[in-house]
Amino acid sequence: MNGSPAQALRARGLHADLLSGGAVIEDVDVELRAGEILGLVGESGSGKTTTALSMFGYHERAVKIRFAEITISNEHLTDQKLLSKARGRLISYVPQNPGAALNPSMRIADGLRDIIEAHRGPADGSTTAAEMLERVGLPADREFGRRFPHQLSGGQQQRVCIAMALAAHPAVVVLDEPTTGLDVVTQDRILSELVRLRDEQGVAMLYITHDLAVVSTIANRIAVMYAGRIVEEGPADQILRRPRHPYTRGLVASTPDHRRSRALESMAGTAVGVGDRPEGCAFAARCPQVRSTCRTSLPELAEISPGHAVRCFESARTPLVAWAESLKPRDVPPAEVPPAEVLQVERLRAEFKSRGSDLVVARDVSFAVPRGGCVALVGESGSGKTTIARVIAGLHPLSAGRIRLGDVALPSLARHRVTEQRRRIQIVFQNPAEALNPRHTAGDAIARPARILLGQSRADSRQRTRELLDAVRLPAGIERRYPRELSGGERQRVALARALAAGPDVILCDEITSALDVSVQSVVLELLRDLRQDLGVALVFITHDLAVTATIAERVLVLRDGVICEQGPVSEVLGSPRDDYTRRLLDAAPSLSASIEAWERAGGPPALSD
Amino acid sequence: MATAIAHGRKPRRRQSLGFYGAGLVVGVVLLVLLVGVAIFGPLLAPHSSIQTIGVPAKPPDGSSPLGTDFLGRDVLSRVLCGGRSTLFLGGAATLLTYLLGTSVGLIAGYVRTAVDPLLMRSVDVLLAFPALLLMLLFVTAFGGSAAVLVGGVALVLFPGVARIVRTATLEISTRGYVEAAVARGETTLAILRREVFPNVLGPIVADLGVRFGWSIILIASVNYLGLGLQPPTADWGLMISENRDIISGNPAALLAPAAMLALLVISVNLVGDALVRRLGTSGDQR
Repeated sequence: MNGSPAQALRARGLHADLLSGGAVIEDVDVELRAGEILGLVGESGSGKTTTALSMFGYHERAVKIRFAEITISNEHLTDQKLLSKARGRLISYVPQNPGAALNPSMRIADGLRDIIEAHRGPADGSTTAAEMLERVGLPADREFGRRFPHQLSGGQQQRVCIAMALAAHPAVVVLDEPTTGLDVVTQDRILSELVRLRDEQGVAMLYITHDLAVVSTIANRIAVMYAGRIVEEGPADQILRRPRHPYTRGLVASTPDHRRSRALESMAGTAVGVGDRPEGCAFAARCPQVRSTCRTSLPELAEISPGHAVRCFESARTPLVAWAESLKPRDVPPAEVPPAEVLQVERLRAEFKSRGSDLVVARDVSFAVPRGGCVALVGESGSGKTTIARVIAGLHPLSAGRIRLGDVALPSLARHRVTEQRRRIQIVFQNPAEALNPRHTAGDAIARPARILLGQSRADSRQRTRELLDAVRLPAGIERRYPRELSGGERQRVALARALAAGPDVILCDEITSALDVSVQSVVLELLRDLRQDLGVALVFITHDLAVTATIAERVLVLRDGVICEQGPVSEVLGSPRDDYTRRLLDAAPSLSASIEAWERAGGPPALSD
Repeated sequence: MATAIAHGRKPRRRQSLGFYGAGLVVGVVLLVLLVGVAIFGPLLAPHSSIQTIGVPAKPPDGSSPLGTDFLGRDVLSRVLCGGRSTLFLGGAATLLTYLLGTSVGLIAGYVRTAVDPLLMRSVDVLLAFPALLLMLLFVTAFGGSAAVLVGGVALVLFPGVARIVRTATLEISTRGYVEAAVARGETTLAILRREVFPNVLGPIVADLGVRFGWSIILIASVNYLGLGLQPPTADWGLMISENRDIISGNPAALLAPAAMLALLVISVNLVGDALVRRLGTSGDQR
């Protein structure tokens, strides 16, 4: 690890402790060389953001940090004061939500100018705001600089944030999930921009993400965090092709891929929270290859091959990840008698009434869902996919067209439908934080539909609640908890149980996994698959994520501006798209398997150039 | 996204009696004391509240710990007797205010039809009048009985409550759990009662203390102008106004009822804030 290229960052022995006791991160080492991107991967609560912020000497009020060494560009930053002064100059930060990071009352150019002056003084005009904008691929003209943040798209806002981070030519840039809120095409552009900036400016980047597919497209090295410690670290290709820590392997195996239609393997159990970390290896309780020592002593982060270190006693036993065939030759569904269609949507049209004119959000949308089948509606934000689900659920008026449930055409609004019709269509919403009434226990939420729609008594519905909790694999006792006492994944499963309580024929799933960690997502997807098989429930699965589509659906509709631009079996649409827009989406979507294939062809990820 | 999950990850522990918990305890103790004074005060009063016991504006001494007022009546006795009207009229007025305001706000915010602009524009008309002017108009027209005072205060104050509740309702109405209730065909009343109302309780309670203070001040103002409760009734609001001329002679005649009013408003606010904090943790998760 020594010699060329120059070391940009060296942080050793980072600790962050809650003032109330309990460690957030423990003994984390991070090293970055110039011109290198290190992907810091972990799920929510793993401590990745805390790790990054501690290198700025920044922490939340309830947290205290300490460290053995932080050196950036050969400057030893030994205390809080030096760390504060290094911000922006030596190390800078690109936030997750650029919309909230930019001052809405400040013009873009003024914001950039402030940063330049803060770091060099007004006399030094060596870099102008225009040059900075140009550097990140934004128009450098006066008109653009005079815009306010709200007049920019999400992608442009994020570029401005990146330009600001690069303003003082820092040695290290920390990017905290910089593309999470962006659609795939914009994400793809930002990612290639970052690679270009790294190559041109030789800047080292710490890229924090939960998304292995994204990190596979840009990182040179990857560090995986679990429960506040780094559990595996090494070159990107080694980590992803042959993960050695069972947790890393679990992440890889539960990451969906739009080029492969493999069944995801989900990890057992749930992540440990701060405060209840066990004595030995924090992953032991979920580990398929655990042995008794794991529960009592903590394995060292030991090097198993040059540059590849793992924190596991049994890393040699970690099995390979099975990569299924690519999509094309997939020969499902079975060509028997096609099952009866439960839901048919014919030439659906939906509008938003605004002052003066009506805005058409969906036009001529037709599709059919067979019993136990799954149709995915894919599109970027604003494509009208959520509105279509709301129209089917009777929450938004149908402007034209027909929705047929079985043989009967449904009235437009839910309140005009009969109870039996309402029972047969259920909807699960995107945001688990808002899906459940914070004032009702999980049990109340689940029992209500059974009582309203099935006319069950209190005692019956209580019995049914227990069965449903079992069906969505939640332990008994959850029914007495309030939503705030549940994790995102648990809440989403309660919402699913609530939908199932009515015994529906169709469940409309509106981006139900997009707010979840990959390991939790894979559990939910697996659950949905079982529900379809066991109960014959049909799904309309709304998502922006092509990879998830490949995992769950048989048919897919690609939506753009409220119009279907392509539809067909998943293997055809994702395997050999005919529409330009579909092709663009597919090209832009990051894929783990694509990165791995590219490495196999090239014999490893691109080496660092000096 | 990450925050939503981080919030849910662990059951939030109840904070042990911290700063806000202490606020709750102080608030409750004060409130219980003041209500106790209002109810049992007349029994403890050493003198009659309307009998002259000495020269006017006498500073405190042994026989009257708070001195006498502008007519020579015992201030302590009047303070002990003057809580009832303030507390009960103010309380009743606040209750009525919230009953009206919450109903109007919930309906206007949830039912997105012509009813909303109709209700809210009517409310705006009421808001456009200066509070005291409207109140005086009301009292002049219908006389200064207790019922009229309560009704008048409610009429003046409910528009503000309606607006707050409507705004909160608008936001809550788009939540998944409300939509799910609509989709399963619950009645509007059931949705408002089960899904919406419990979640707009936070802003309502947050506002309670201020509104209660306002209703006390309004009633006191009307009393002060001689249109509400008539002398010689002992009432804290009335006492402040009638003793304003003798502030140099016996400041206690003015300060004592003023302090009682202040303590009452503060204690209600403390309790309200503490309740909001309790509700708030289970409410919105941003």
